[in-house]
Amino acid sequence: MKKDNSRRSFLKNISLATFSALALSGCDMKAVDEFLQDNFRILTKEEKDVIVKNLEVKYKEKYGKEFHVSDKPAMDGVSFGYALDLSRCVGCRRCVYACVKENNQSRDPQIQWIQVLQMEKEKGIDFAHSTIHYNPETVPEPGHFYVPVQCQQCENPPCVKVCPVKATWKEEDGIVVVDYNWCIGCRYCMAACPYGARHFNWGEPNIPKEELNTEMHYLGNRPRMKGVVEKCTFCIQRTREGKYPACVEICPVGARKFGNLLDPNSEVRYILKNKRVLVLKQELNTQPKFYYFFGV
Amino acid sequence: MKNDFLKKSKIPVFLMVLAVVMNNGCSNSESRSGNNLEELTNDASAEIRNTVQTSEIAVEQPPFTEGIFPCNDCHSEMVPNPVRRELVDMHDDISAIFDHDSENRWCLDCHDMNNRDSLKLASGKLLDFKESYKLCGQCHGEKLRDWKVGVHGKRTGEWNGKKEYLLCVHCHNPHSPRFKPLTPEPPPVRQEDIN
Repeated sequence: MKKDNSRRSFLKNISLATFSALALSGCDMKAVDEFLQDNFRILTKEEKDVIVKNLEVKYKEKYGKEFHVSDKPAMDGVSFGYALDLSRCVGCRRCVYACVKENNQSRDPQIQWIQVLQMEKEKGIDFAHSTIHYNPETVPEPGHFYVPVQCQQCENPPCVKVCPVKATWKEEDGIVVVDYNWCIGCRYCMAACPYGARHFNWGEPNIPKEELNTEMHYLGNRPRMKGVVEKCTFCIQRTREGKYPACVEICPVGARKFGNLLDPNSEVRYILKNKRVLVLKQELNTQPKFYYFFGV
Repeated sequence: MKNDFLKKSKIPVFLMVLAVVMNNGCSNSESRSGNNLEELTNDASAEIRNTVQTSEIAVEQPPFTEGIFPCNDCHSEMVPNPVRRELVDMHDDISAIFDHDSENRWCLDCHDMNNRDSLKLASGKLLDFKESYKLCGQCHGEKLRDWKVGVHGKRTGEWNGKKEYLLCVHCHNPHSPRFKPLTPEPPPVRQEDIN
């Protein structure tokens, strides 16, 4: 009989060998389960619940704290919208650090989901002449205004379109999320995003244990791994529970507004109806649900 | 079709298992090392909010200087002097910063002469301190309208439920209302400084 030296049988044997090796080594099968886990979107409710329970155990072992990991889906009849008052923002960056803390962003290497751009009033909104590194004694600086930029939660998100493995998608409530377990780290989405809102974990993320936020969502602020992309999720772990995003609550000038675009009585709807509103890079047809407005 | 795609992409996963096993040797020792159940104190969420429920709109307590309210503790034994003047013996700190149409206004345009624990509208109607927004709204009507719908100023609570307002005076000192400059948080690390 001819010996079967095909690629197919080679690959088949490798996977068989791997599994037997795993079984023999008696190591934690949960790691294997996690590795073989399907894309989050096609899992059943039961499968998701098991996964988040396992994550809670895993994080407790790793960080020595109790964690709550949620897999709460979008609420019915909700489409989140955000509005930011450009006439109020003073560029104090309180939002940046509230976000880092709430969403367990790596402190070193530093990842910040919100970037506050300082622009010159004379030039208007002009990204080429803006800076995020301004550092005066006090803000606002005369002659300048500030444009905080984070994920714009586009209705037509280019990042989702380019992902080759469908690890990022738009949820029913409009939040664009990433399944960190499914992300392969190709960073196509970062290239596609016109707002620079996506960030890559070039190194192992570092967060002091005592500063970890233990209220988490699978698609939100749970600890990320090296080699995956992350971004603002409108604080999915808060907003799906009815709370405001952390950046809204911290803003000392009340420039940040958040609510349900489908609710005619929400703050955002009032703003869209009564204020001068703009979106960034409208010409790209990304249709952001992050609106900038002038409150005065 | 979407689901087909996702199912199919599972095939190479089996192959990658080997790579993973070789890389981390399936060791959990690292993750178990720091397992001293630290007490976690989440003081931010434990913060208790003092809400005034009696006013029409739920607002936080007015930000009085400590020990200054009720005003009648001192004022009830004093004979009110309605003459417009600069204060020197008491409240001179307020006189020093007063910058709210100071050419045309002084204390008793907003504070009631006979009941110092109340504010006073232009109509003469007395007003509790926790309804001070009505006083501000006499001139700043447009801002009051925006504030009521949660667009000017800040509301905390739930986007789809109960909300709590900050009063105008939580952010604007009524005697010197211009918003004061803030010290910014540190700028992000420059890309060239990331190791």
